[in-house]
Amino acid sequence: MSSSHSAVLVIQGGRVIDPANGVDGVRSVVVRDGRIAEVSERVETPRDARVLDARGRWVTPGFVDLHVHLREPGHEYKETVETGSRSAAAGGFTSVCAMPNTVPANDNASVTELMLARAAGAGLARVYPLGCITRGRKGEELAEYGELKAAGCVAVTDDGSPVASAAVMRRALEYARAFGLPVAVHEEDLLLVGKGVMNEGATATRLGLNGNPAQAEEVMVVRDVALAELTGGRLHICHLSAAGSVRAVREAKRRGLPVTAEASPHHLTLTEEDVAASDYDTDMKMNPPLRSAADVRAVQEGLADGTIDAIATDHAPHAVEDKKVEFDAAANGIIGLETAFPVVAELCRRGVISEKRLVEALTSGPCRCFSLPGGTLSVGAPADVAVVDPNAEWVVDPERLHSRSRNTPWKGRRLRGRVTHTVLGGRVVHEWSPR
Amino acid sequence: MIGRHRHLLSLEAYSREDILQILDLAVTMKEVLSRPVKKVPSLRGKSVVNLFFETSTRTRSSFEIAAKILSADALNWTASGSSVSKGETLLDTARNLEAMRPDVLVVRHAAGGAPSFLARHVACSVVSAGDGAHEHPTQGLLDTFTLREKLGTLEGKIVAIVGDISHSRVARSDLHAMTKLGARVRFCGPPTMIPKGAEALGATVHHELREAVNGADAVIMLRIQHERIGDPLIPNTREYSKFWGLNVRKTNEWLKPDAVILHPGPINRGVELSSDVADGPHSLILDQVQNGVAVRMAVLYLLCGGSGESARAKEGLTP
Repeated sequence: MSSSHSAVLVIQGGRVIDPANGVDGVRSVVVRDGRIAEVSERVETPRDARVLDARGRWVTPGFVDLHVHLREPGHEYKETVETGSRSAAAGGFTSVCAMPNTVPANDNASVTELMLARAAGAGLARVYPLGCITRGRKGEELAEYGELKAAGCVAVTDDGSPVASAAVMRRALEYARAFGLPVAVHEEDLLLVGKGVMNEGATATRLGLNGNPAQAEEVMVVRDVALAELTGGRLHICHLSAAGSVRAVREAKRRGLPVTAEASPHHLTLTEEDVAASDYDTDMKMNPPLRSAADVRAVQEGLADGTIDAIATDHAPHAVEDKKVEFDAAANGIIGLETAFPVVAELCRRGVISEKRLVEALTSGPCRCFSLPGGTLSVGAPADVAVVDPNAEWVVDPERLHSRSRNTPWKGRRLRGRVTHTVLGGRVVHEWSPR
Repeated sequence: MIGRHRHLLSLEAYSREDILQILDLAVTMKEVLSRPVKKVPSLRGKSVVNLFFETSTRTRSSFEIAAKILSADALNWTASGSSVSKGETLLDTARNLEAMRPDVLVVRHAAGGAPSFLARHVACSVVSAGDGAHEHPTQGLLDTFTLREKLGTLEGKIVAIVGDISHSRVARSDLHAMTKLGARVRFCGPPTMIPKGAEALGATVHHELREAVNGADAVIMLRIQHERIGDPLIPNTREYSKFWGLNVRKTNEWLKPDAVILHPGPINRGVELSSDVADGPHSLILDQVQNGVAVRMAVLYLLCGGSGESARAKEGLTP
């Protein structure tokens, strides 16, 4: 990696897509001392510069993921901050938001500090921890948002454990305003979900699995939009999966409420039918579950029209023993960092979204949701860059991914689009070449 | 093998021909049951393991006796008092049993898809004896066998299945087998017991019993499980019985005179069926139990390497 420490890096002749600056065209990017020094059609290449030939490739701001489970502390057998950061780098992500469902939960500064120390040690991605909404993610007492923010948290969430009490949620949205923190929510009415393990509908009926209705998400989205209106707090809806939720967020935005939303690559591309087609593959089990084709179309439309601000992977590593069990007993979630780009790039080829919109939803879009730095190639900004070959084809071999876990529904599938280089603060932290 | 199948995991995946192969062989097997010496050597040296994670008397005994009549060795392994209570995974349990080299693993499990999961990871044949609310394929086969025996054919017949369709693996297996053989299937029950998308599976949905049984050639009454009352799918068994149970008056007034009544058992007498109907002239409930043995003999025989023809010609199954 010695070459990556050159003072000057020139990423030459790629198609630079930088939606925040309205740039889409062939440019060269000069990186000096870890920052973007110049983006233009013709640049001078200093003698000692490292030159990265990006012809035929896209050069974009490093991707930003609002929703990643790094599992440390507590579940290091699934993932660590280091292995998760390596997986992020391999997927073109230079910033990841770490969810607080660790053990212990990230409801206090000491856990936040541990995550940040591990992230600094790995040095492969910028890690932004999310703190808890409530202590221990129990939905009762508020966590100390001021202390969490001071330690480095960028938002609060009880991810995976929806705040059941509207009264607690109201206070969370109100109190978070004191620190300008968004409140990110995993929307699910647990009583309505019951024992549901996949989307309720004809497919679940055929497979004999308990259904989780799309409305279990929608009713909570509707509730929290109303509470955002009541409180003026910043609400961020995690992994939207249902048509009704998309409608509710669209309406909230139309009314000018401070609501943002994300969607995952799997909820944008896979349906409940994939559970059946895979014969109960537990790598098709996640929460929210894969929904109907109509829901997927609605989520895609939400991404296209800006209702959905960000593509977030919900990277959820689980070990083999968590997944190699009967469907009902399997852990929810899949890894997603290394497959995100090719999976969502498919939406461009199908004409669902533009290439600019795709890059925006991976960069400046998520940054706006949590007021994160980065997401652009502005001169002077830290040089976080992804270089992707939009046409490279590869077959997903879980053994060759960088995450500690292997739980991907795309195993064995041929994907198109590959991140060839990831640059973090001017350093090349990931490099891939076809064989 | 049954058609191209090494396992019996669902009837949805089976073709009409696969189902007919089993039913035709079961006719021969049923004849064996009527002999004074109920034993044939067909599966001597083969072993069948019954791996039951849910309690069952009828189905487990039926598989056991089917194996024994065919001279296979049968081992019963139940989840209670086993390594499951020590936290062993389903797969580990199955692999340990597999290490004893059975030819067939008969599995009942509360999770839909559990038999398919095992089938992917073990070398022997797997037969589902019921998985969650997914399927109970041998029950579907024995119900279909029973109807074919009484009605001559399923072609053009109307079958009403009444009860908690949402949680019923029997309803799903019956639906798949019977529609493949040309019957039209109606599902009936309160809306809380009808799963989403039932029509997409090929059934028509009715909420009134009278409408569902009108003109039906067969009525299959499902067991109402008491735990569904608090769920809450129904207020109580009294109200259920009043609107969706069958008694003699409704049977005489609403059913065709030659309609037959089935029930997968065990019956809640006085809830879904009154005693005089369960024991009355329309009822085929005890025929179902006997046919269950014949159908399971046919399934075990075919999966252990026999073919329908050789069964009759070589193995002395015909008198």
